[in-house]
Amino acid sequence: MERTEAELIAAVLQGDAASFEPLVQKYSPRVFATARRYARRESEVEDIAQEVWLKAYHKLSSFRGDAPFEHWLMKLAVRTCYDFLRAHQRNREAAFSELSEAEDDWLDRFAAQPESASADADAAKLLVEKVLAQLPPPARLVITLLEIEERSVKEISELTGWSVPLVKVRAFRARAEMRKILARIARDKYL
Amino acid sequence: MNLEALRHKLLSAARAHPPADHVPYAFEKRILARLNSRPAPDLGALWARALWRAAAPCVAVSLLLGAWTLFTAQDSVAGEELSQDFEQAMLAVVGASEETW
Repeated sequence: MERTEAELIAAVLQGDAASFEPLVQKYSPRVFATARRYARRESEVEDIAQEVWLKAYHKLSSFRGDAPFEHWLMKLAVRTCYDFLRAHQRNREAAFSELSEAEDDWLDRFAAQPESASADADAAKLLVEKVLAQLPPPARLVITLLEIEERSVKEISELTGWSVPLVKVRAFRARAEMRKILARIARDKYL
Repeated sequence: MNLEALRHKLLSAARAHPPADHVPYAFEKRILARLNSRPAPDLGALWARALWRAAAPCVAVSLLLGAWTLFTAQDSVAGEELSQDFEQAMLAVVGASEETW
């Protein structure tokens, strides 16, 4: 018979590390998807996922069971991703490269007729990745959670450990920062 | 160019392309291997870390006590009065015991 999550967690806490494996198997897709929002290289994504699971194992005693295990794990994942962004902050300045031809064309189409530039285009996806990579870590995190994952301010506050007013302030600043980056791209392209 | 519209369009693009959730082969085995190969905690290192952490508060307490001693010692009049009172109290006991005999 398959053991429940609570039973697996209790077994791990009693020293049975093997009981951790089904949890890793079940929730790794979510952890990897989260890590891929913040890291581009697959080696970095794997490092983040590994870090999340090692932290989860060592901090498992702090899981009280009043919320689902997945929520607790996602908090750890988001905070680990934030730590990763902060640790790689210096690469941010150098990360921005010239626009590719496809991105350039997409921007031209958007400038001429905004409706004709599809959001489904790969060029748009690559362009938004470049813009997000230019944002400071708190701005990138809040834009990703609020505007891309469409989470509520309260949820973000719980995930990040920031207060609700702080999330709002950071969201406001992040939007302004993103507009500044887009203005720079437009200026470089059209002036 | 309308930057706010561009921002919205790019965020829609990001929403339209959610990241893949595939997990590398045998990832869970690797995590288990990492957990099982963890070396036993080094007690010496744990003590050293704890002592280092305690060093700063200890220095702060020493400085506070030093400053307190310095400033209270300057109040010499009060110090003298205290010593005289103390001496009188001690001698009063001796005097009282002599009278009894």
